Amino acid sequence: MKDQLNSDREASLSNGMPKITAENVNVYYEEVHALKDVSVKIEQNAVTAFIGPSGCGKSTFLRCLNRMNDTIDICKITGRILLENEDIYDAKVDPVQLRAKVGMVFQKPNPFPKSVYDNIAYGPRIHGLASDKSELDDIVEQSLRRAAIWDEVKDRLDAPGTGLSGGQQQRVCIARAIATSPDVLLMDEPCSALDPIATAQVEELIDELRQNFCVVIVTHSMQQAARVSHRTAFFHLGSLVEFGDTEKIFTNPEDPRTESYITGRIG
Amino acid sequence: MTDTTPTNSLFKTSDRTKSRNAAEKRFRVYGIIAIFIGLFMLLVLASTIVLRGTSAFQQTFITLDVELLESKLDKKGNRNIDDIKKVSTFGYNPILVNAVRGSLEKNGIETSLKKKELSGIISKSAPSQLREYVLADVSRIGQTIEFRFLANGWIDGYLKGRYTRESVANSKFASAEQFDLIDELIKVGVVEKKFNLDFILGADASDQRPEASGIGVAVVGSFYMMLVVLLLSLPLGVAASVYLEEFAKKNLFTDLIEITISNLAAVPSIVFGILGLAVFINYVNLPQSTPLVGGLVLTLMTLPTIIISTRASLKSVPPSIRDAALGIGASKMQMVFHHVLPLAAPGIFTGTIIGMAQALGESAPLLLIGMIGYIATNMPANISEGLLAPNSAMPAQIYEWAKRADPAFVERAWGGIIILLIFLLTMNTLAVVLRRKFERRW
Repeated sequence: MKDQLNSDREASLSNGMPKITAENVNVYYEEVHALKDVSVKIEQNAVTAFIGPSGCGKSTFLRCLNRMNDTIDICKITGRILLENEDIYDAKVDPVQLRAKVGMVFQKPNPFPKSVYDNIAYGPRIHGLASDKSELDDIVEQSLRRAAIWDEVKDRLDAPGTGLSGGQQQRVCIARAIATSPDVLLMDEPCSALDPIATAQVEELIDELRQNFCVVIVTHSMQQAARVSHRTAFFHLGSLVEFGDTEKIFTNPEDPRTESYITGRIG
Repeated sequence: MTDTTPTNSLFKTSDRTKSRNAAEKRFRVYGIIAIFIGLFMLLVLASTIVLRGTSAFQQTFITLDVELLESKLDKKGNRNIDDIKKVSTFGYNPILVNAVRGSLEKNGIETSLKKKELSGIISKSAPSQLREYVLADVSRIGQTIEFRFLANGWIDGYLKGRYTRESVANSKFASAEQFDLIDELIKVGVVEKKFNLDFILGADASDQRPEASGIGVAVVGSFYMMLVVLLLSLPLGVAASVYLEEFAKKNLFTDLIEITISNLAAVPSIVFGILGLAVFINYVNLPQSTPLVGGLVLTLMTLPTIIISTRASLKSVPPSIRDAALGIGASKMQMVFHHVLPLAAPGIFTGTIIGMAQALGESAPLLLIGMIGYIATNMPANISEGLLAPNSAMPAQIYEWAKRADPAFVERAWGGIIILLIFLLTMNTLAVVLRRKFERRW
């Protein structure tokens, strides 16, 4: 079973050019040097996991990938991040357009206090992705189906999104993120506020999503990283310590710090 | 029997615990005492206002059959309106005296009172009331019509217990004989105390006619001021707070603005009044005593309150909602207008209503722009007149009445306070209801 999974993973990894290339990324919050010289290549159709102890910079780095850090006044970023050869920090890039291409799911489920339908339809509406109501209906249904929540909410699309259970809310948020058909899906600890059953559902979903998206996930749970990802990056104190195949990181890490973290000695 | 419980038993309360419990009990008693003192004060306040103010809503009326004598009003008998207009209110006095005499005869009441004393039981506004009635339709001359006149303020005061026969012994405005006559007229139902709608809807009157004065025009003046305040301070306040809260970079300059706004909220309102006098009236040359200027001054006063409460409610919108909107690729403005503002709206409305309620009760700034002391006798005919014609406001009218010598006006001041408080209570209740209704949980 496990071998089967691994061979699946290998087969699906494309050998072509990386989806996202980060080169020497540094992040400063005023005097604090939060991220030090991170260079990483994230592949298409794969799940990449960022792991590391709290405050190691993994979430900061994730938020650099769709320029969510722009909203923090004191945050300063150097280095280059390329999305298919285009520097996303180029002066010509409008972060609003970028975020439609690089969707994000947050740690705490954060549906808008509106109906489930309006939650999903919001992105397509503001980006003008649907020309009429039926097209919008299609997008909403497709997104909810791909987020594996359609069957649970199809009868209450008009009910407020905040009234769903935590796991359902998070899947609605995932549906909302994929409704704008992004290329990349960033997930910032998407399961940390969920119970084990909801976590299992979301993890299953992540595995399906990678067929169509490049998925990057930040997680505190090493088991989760091991379960869902193909590549794993280990961050420690703002530096990228090790990056490679998940299999290798968890069984035969090169760096002693990685080994200490995985075996629970630091963190 | 010896005490068998060991010293460390749970059943034995230690001295420390005892003194701690006693301290807690004392503190609770202090709290209850404080609440009761507060409630008592409130009760005293409310009952005083109600006891003194409710009588203003009732007024003494005299119902008389008036014969509109042709010989007095239209001597030529050709119903020419220009000739009839030449008859001043003074010319209507004999008609009133006749009407009183007629009523006495009809009810078989004897009196030794002279003409002047007989017409003195009726309000001084009665002749002009009659004259207006006649001028509205000159064909009414010659008919006998039943009229309800206001009684003179002194007579009203006698019915409400302000004056007695002893207290008017040396008065030149009222006499014990008049009161005797009134007692007789009450018995036959000519004189009676009734609810007086004109107090709520009418205009202020001169010093000699307290019975004819009402707060209605001042209410309209206040209404137009509040309109100006709402239309200016809500959009300005919300725009300023949204910019400061969501768009502005945090730096020394915005910090300075923030401190200034907080300080402005604490500036005494009379300072805004003198600012309004200097800028709006003396420099911009807006007409003084007008609700427009009053509204502008009160807007200055209300803006800090609205900005502070709007910023607080914007801050209380969870950052996760902002992240969600930005994460899908909403622009900052879309984020604010689609998500943050709707969630902050109940707080914004509450702040606005409370700020406006504060402005509604404000009198100090109106003092300086001439709205206190101005006696508006006519309802504004349209919106532009409502904004630009000199007028008064509710608190200004109350102050005006309270400082007049006649105790009949003091009663009206209390009545005015009741109306003002009803408006304030309604606004504050509305604020609470709005907040309850639109409050969302997430």
